[in-house]
Amino acid sequence: MSWIDIGHIEDIPLRGARIIKTPVGCVAIFRTDEAEVFAASDTCPHKGGPLSDGIVHGKSVTCPLHNWVFSLETGEAQGADEGQIATYPVRLENQRILIDGDAVGKRTAA
Amino acid sequence: MTQKLVVIGAGMASGRALEHLFDASPDAYDVTLFNAEPRGNYNRLMLSPVLAGDKTYEEIVTHDDAWYADNGVTCRFGEKVINIDRARKVVIGENGEVPYDKLVLGTGSNPFMIPLPGHDLKGVIPYRDLEDTETMMNLGKTPGSKAVVIGGGLLGLEAAAGMAAQGVDVTVVHIMGHLMERQLDEAAGYLLRKSLSEKGIKVLCKANSKQILGDEAGHVRALQLDDGTELPCDLLVMAVGIRPNTALAKAVDLEVNRGVIVNDQMVTSDPDILALGECVEHNGAIFGLVAPLYDQAKVVAKTLLGQDATFVNKEVSTKLKVTGCDLFSAGDFADGDDREDIVFRDPARGVYKRLILKGNRIIGAVMYGDTGDGAWFYNHIKDATDVADMRETLIFGPAFQGGASADPLAAVAALPDDAEICGCNGVCKGTIVTAIQGGATDLGAVRATTKASNSCGTCTGLVEQLLAATLGDDFVMPTAQCICGCTDLSHEDVRRLIKSQELKSQEAVWQELGWKTRNGCHVCRPAINYYLLADWPLEYQDDPQSRFVNERNHANIQKDGTFSVVPRMWGGLTTPDELRAIADAAEKYNVPTVKVTGGQRIDLLGVKKEDLPGIWYDLNQAGLVSGHAYSKGLRTVKTCVGKDHCRFGTQDSTGLGVKLEKLLWGSWTPHKVKLGISGCPRNCAEATCKDVGIVCVDSGYEVSVAGAAGMDVKETELLAKVATEAEAIEVTTAFIQIYRENAKYLDRGYKWVAKVGLDWVKQQVVDDLENRKALVDRFEISQSIYRKDPWAEHAKEPAKYAPLANLTLEAAE
Ligand code: SRM
Ligand SMILES: Cc1cc2nc3c(=O)[nH]c(=O)nc-3n(C[C@H](O)[C@H](O)[C@H](O)COP(=O)(O)OP(=O)(O)OC[C@H]3O[C@@H](n4cnc5c(N)ncnc54)[C@H](O)[C@@H]3O)c2cc1C
Ligand code: SF4
Ligand code: FES
Repeated sequence: MSWIDIGHIEDIPLRGARIIKTPVGCVAIFRTDEAEVFAASDTCPHKGGPLSDGIVHGKSVTCPLHNWVFSLETGEAQGADEGQIATYPVRLENQRILIDGDAVGKRTAA
Repeated sequence: MTQKLVVIGAGMASGRALEHLFDASPDAYDVTLFNAEPRGNYNRLMLSPVLAGDKTYEEIVTHDDAWYADNGVTCRFGEKVINIDRARKVVIGENGEVPYDKLVLGTGSNPFMIPLPGHDLKGVIPYRDLEDTETMMNLGKTPGSKAVVIGGGLLGLEAAAGMAAQGVDVTVVHIMGHLMERQLDEAAGYLLRKSLSEKGIKVLCKANSKQILGDEAGHVRALQLDDGTELPCDLLVMAVGIRPNTALAKAVDLEVNRGVIVNDQMVTSDPDILALGECVEHNGAIFGLVAPLYDQAKVVAKTLLGQDATFVNKEVSTKLKVTGCDLFSAGDFADGDDREDIVFRDPARGVYKRLILKGNRIIGAVMYGDTGDGAWFYNHIKDATDVADMRETLIFGPAFQGGASADPLAAVAALPDDAEICGCNGVCKGTIVTAIQGGATDLGAVRATTKASNSCGTCTGLVEQLLAATLGDDFVMPTAQCICGCTDLSHEDVRRLIKSQELKSQEAVWQELGWKTRNGCHVCRPAINYYLLADWPLEYQDDPQSRFVNERNHANIQKDGTFSVVPRMWGGLTTPDELRAIADAAEKYNVPTVKVTGGQRIDLLGVKKEDLPGIWYDLNQAGLVSGHAYSKGLRTVKTCVGKDHCRFGTQDSTGLGVKLEKLLWGSWTPHKVKLGISGCPRNCAEATCKDVGIVCVDSGYEVSVAGAAGMDVKETELLAKVATEAEAIEVTTAFIQIYRENAKYLDRGYKWVAKVGLDWVKQQVVDDLENRKALVDRFEISQSIYRKDPWAEHAKEPAKYAPLANLTLEAAE
């Protein structure tokens, strides 16, 4: 793994999200608690809704377009809907958010 | 031969180490003990009970003069060690040297003082030792004294509660969103804050300190916050954290990182020098609670005696030593992925419990109100017990006998007898319960005897719950529609409870009404956010994260993820300048579609999210503000040309429309609100299918409400016919306010009026003049907060609309 610093935890509103642009497309970084973040694809498998604009609750997000709910831990659609979004390793260190560069297709400079 | 041992610091950790050493081998060492404080070892933890007046200093001394004498310890108290000569193996105290064979560092930590302007004024203190405690206790002797505590962690709160117990007026200023954020989650933080408020302690969260102000004598006078607020105080206690006290170790070139580096045997980079307590760093960890320090003390004693021992850092648990604030926290409950929560709330008893599971193991626990099972959970965390078999009932603790579950009626059962249940008729809980006990065993009978739920009906659910709670199994509850899976309560119940129990925050709702999830879901959270801001406009702060995408971004999202931008055109009027600004913005931001809407204004469709702040800024420059085409709030006020131009016009319908739009804009409502104002009964503004429609006639204004022209089409019903424009405005405002205060979230006006009946609405806003006035006043109070252009505010923070990072760009190097 190669951890890349993408920002400070306070850059993301509590129970909100921001996107980052990566070689694998837009990845949404969700902040579910004071010190709890998840990274997942920003694109809803239903009709492409921007998940970073959805309502974040518990450890899930609801797509803003037609209310599909996704677990941010597994990326799986909840309830009756079927679908899956990619999730990416992300962690916090001293309030900085680090994402795994390999997983989002970014080769880090040596 | 007896060796010489010198110990620097008579603290909690070194004291324990000496006890183990003397127990195991009383004569192995000849000990000299230095302490900067002018006294021997006392139980530092117990300073808080001393401060609160529950204990005296004498009761918390752990080692008295006799103990030191019995064990042959040479005490050099009140003397600071200023240097160590490692080559000659001597310790240099303020009063002279002492040689050593082995040396133990137990210098503890220093309280961190934020270097705010004024931090060196007199009356600005930390909370660490007996002197600090005495300063705080002395403050209580002067009646009317005020203190401010910076820091809402363990220490700060114990200092605050202790001073409050001494009669001091205390305010706690905390930078984070909730108290003790390192040990507690938001729910427990909410309960803690509530208990402290009940003790008269004021708590300000998310409060940033700017500077400490002093008087002429150089004594603290007040704390000033970022927003300019001044909090007057006679004493300011800073309790924002500690830093390992490593000055001496650094000066003599021992290996030091954040703390003095020690190995598993507690030996520093010098084989003859050991260290323990808050001054050390072990495997990257530093320490702030005593439990691990006691384990270190055992290892130090063994190492000094040449025996094998290894220090292992275990999980710690926290309790707060404030009477009446019963909390427990252990393990890891915040960060990380692949975890699951189990939540239990009992609002009636003020109890909250949350377990955090990873796989089949408990990794964290937070509890408030009932912490009896804390130790049991803590053991499971430490032992990493597989809890798969008891998962279902785990949260109920070891005493669980099967079957019990949270009582859904607890919320209503907890209300006091004088709590008002039916607001329309002023009926309180006691009256209803008495009626039920007197034989009124169904809803109809309760209505007939008490009038409760006989008017607007929003309290029906509560009355039914009272029936169920009072009659037990004899009452079969009609299935009321609950908001969503997070609660058993209906929208109407929740609205009523928010008012009667004065719930003013989301955490208050989750806890007091027994929510089953951590922070609701996309169905209930926007509704709760609306109810709170409608009922407590001044106290509650709107939460953008509880709003649907359009309201959060102040623009309508399109199917391709772009947004539409619709500026307001008051009453449908515009000017060449405004039109030019719209045209310029459309060109500058490559807007693909410009469309005249059905609401008499212009829609710019297809704007990229990151361009929103820019286009808003440009439109703002021309005086254009948000049209709220996206909100559950006031949308358009459609007008016709009226008597200024039209040969049939009877009144100034355009002017009235502009006045109403300027009055009502920015307000949030249960669903959208649209108005139409026509200048005569020909009704060119289609007023009679709006939420509120006004048709001007020769003799005045016909104000009608509850129309629809969307999924349902329905003509409005006449609310009132009034003679003057002022009255028309007042009736309209009062109607919108009563709708704001009572309707279920996402009920359009016509749906709500159908539920409560137009007669009741007329009685409230037309017949009862005093009530009409009160409704208008409450609307104005709310508008003092919300009658603002959200675009202007958001245009200031363009960064929020841009990506957090861009990893597609290659590094410049
Ligand atoms: C732009 C506009 C159509 C147009 O090009 O004219 C429009 C566009 C939308 N309407 Fe509308 N409505 C527009 C006038 C109307 C009207 C006519 C009017 O206001 O005179 C109606 C019928 C009157 C009424 O409100 O009942 C109308 C009844 C609806 C409804 C049905 C509401 C109902 O309770 O039955 C919805 C759905 C909803 O709100 O839940 C809706 C929802 C929408 C949404 C917000 C759908 C959505 O959620 O994305 C559309 C947003 C498009 C966009 O991306 O901008 N729109 N919509 C009109 C904007 C008016 C304005 O200036 O603000
Ligand atoms: C008010 C209060 C309440 C607390 N409550 C709790 C609680 O409920 N639970 C919990 O687990 N922990 C609690 N703590 C934390 C706990 O008290 C500390 O973890 C513990 O005291 C640290 O022990 P120590 O031996 O490392 O340092 P200390 O007990 O601080 O001892 C260090 C000593 O070394 C002396 N010293 C430093 N430098 C020199 C020098 N150069 N020469 C001579 N002497 C020197 C200092 O004067 C001091 O007396 C509390 C702390 C405070 C202040
Ligand atoms: S009628 Fe309204 S909601 Fe339907 S497509 Fe047209 S604009 Fe959209
Ligand atoms: S695009 Fe996400 S639910 Fe339809």
